[in-house]
Amino acid sequence: MAVVRFQNVSKSFPHSTSRLLLRHHLVGWFSDGKMQPFFALKNVSFELGHGESLAIIGSNGAGKSTLLSLVAGLAKPNAGTVEVNGRVAALLELGSGFHPDLTGAENLMLNASLLGLDRKTTIRLFDKIVDFSGVDEFINEPLRTFSTGMVMRLAFSVAINTNPDLLLVDEVLAVGDSAFQAKCIEALAEMRRGGRSMLAVSHSAASIESLCDRAIWLDHGEVVMDGEVRAVLEAYEGRSALGAKV
Amino acid sequence: MWNGDYKFVIGNLVEKDFKIRYRNMSLGVFWSMLNPLVLMGVLTFIFTKIAPVNNMDHYALQVLCGLVPFSFFSVAWVGATTSLVDNAVLIKRVPVPREIIPVASVLSNCLHLFIQIFLLLAMTLIFRRGVNVYWFWLPVVWGLEVVFVCGLGLMFAALNVYIRDMRYVVESATTVLFWLVPIFYSFTIIPHQYLDLYLYNPIAAMVICLRNILVDGRPPAHSTLIKLTLSSFTVLSCGILVFEKLKRRFYEFL
Repeated sequence: MAVVRFQNVSKSFPHSTSRLLLRHHLVGWFSDGKMQPFFALKNVSFELGHGESLAIIGSNGAGKSTLLSLVAGLAKPNAGTVEVNGRVAALLELGSGFHPDLTGAENLMLNASLLGLDRKTTIRLFDKIVDFSGVDEFINEPLRTFSTGMVMRLAFSVAINTNPDLLLVDEVLAVGDSAFQAKCIEALAEMRRGGRSMLAVSHSAASIESLCDRAIWLDHGEVVMDGEVRAVLEAYEGRSALGAKV
Repeated sequence: MWNGDYKFVIGNLVEKDFKIRYRNMSLGVFWSMLNPLVLMGVLTFIFTKIAPVNNMDHYALQVLCGLVPFSFFSVAWVGATTSLVDNAVLIKRVPVPREIIPVASVLSNCLHLFIQIFLLLAMTLIFRRGVNVYWFWLPVVWGLEVVFVCGLGLMFAALNVYIRDMRYVVESATTVLFWLVPIFYSFTIIPHQYLDLYLYNPIAAMVICLRNILVDGRPPAHSTLIKLTLSSFTVLSCGILVFEKLKRRFYEFL
């Protein structure tokens, strides 16, 4: 059974999402001019198996983040079916749900609970998470005193130590020093050996190549290419270079 | 699918709100007491010395019986209404069940409420009204108020995602309700034809019950309790229904 299965998935956003005041709604009742929705994803199909690690690449606005939000269950598709089996940990933005005035430890507890851990498990994993993040001496300090890299390390440690069946990562691997990055790559490899999967979005070809074995290239919401990571990256970079010349 | 620990998440969110609110305040929880006390003082002064409206005994205590449930109601309602928009980052990035956000917002105001209830009970003793067995009704009526506000919170939080000025509608509504709830006047002066307007308003019914229990030392009327229960749970069901209908497209509109 696949961890993720997309079948002919389309996702559109109404243009009216920027018109959120009462007067806009009042105007809307009296004029019936419907605006065309914007399609962020068009007819996308793919499968992600156990232990697979898949990268989504593409230029800005290609629909990469929309795809992740559909997998995470944050948004619902307009057409097609999205099937996700197992527990998902989404690391979509650096420390979303973190609060600067809370201490590292308090943020850790809050974030673990948001990711779906219960109290017992969180307490059991607490030391392991702190240890992995390498911020132990600051863990009882407010988060606003942390550097960006430290926040990222803490967020990543929580997400990976919740032991998800599928880890979603959006452009957050670039942060952290090289020692921590090496640790992350090792942890992700370990995770995959345990039959768990990963879905990553990144613009950094280097981190994609070291982490993923497969890639999907999205362009304007459509799948251009799906295959072995190096081949897709080469094709993508070739196209980008070509586009730059024209 | 998110199948985490609801109690743990809500607990953490409530704790977060409370810590953030009080960590940057030197007087901490005393602010929660100061506000109703000041209002109680002013209202008592105006309506007993300047423009006496009616002859309630223990006027200050009667006013406080109105202020405590009302201030919880208005603050928690406004807070819950903006909670989804304020936590847009969470909604868009973390697959936590959306209902949790407005409910946690209401519950975090409960900590405030506990402090104010403590104040109210202390004032009751200071006014020598004493403890009576009907105090057992207090958790019931407070519970019903929380149910009512959770319902309102869910409904208006969801609406506020689509219509961002909902917040001002709510704020105006609480101003109007300040006058329509018997806070600084007695329930007994209300003309007969308007009685139902009060009894089906959970906040007004709440104030009436509190005065019965704390000031008059008698149990609240069964008919009032039934109406309070009925309207609170009706509002909660409506809130859940509206939220369920609207939550599908939060991601696009936040």
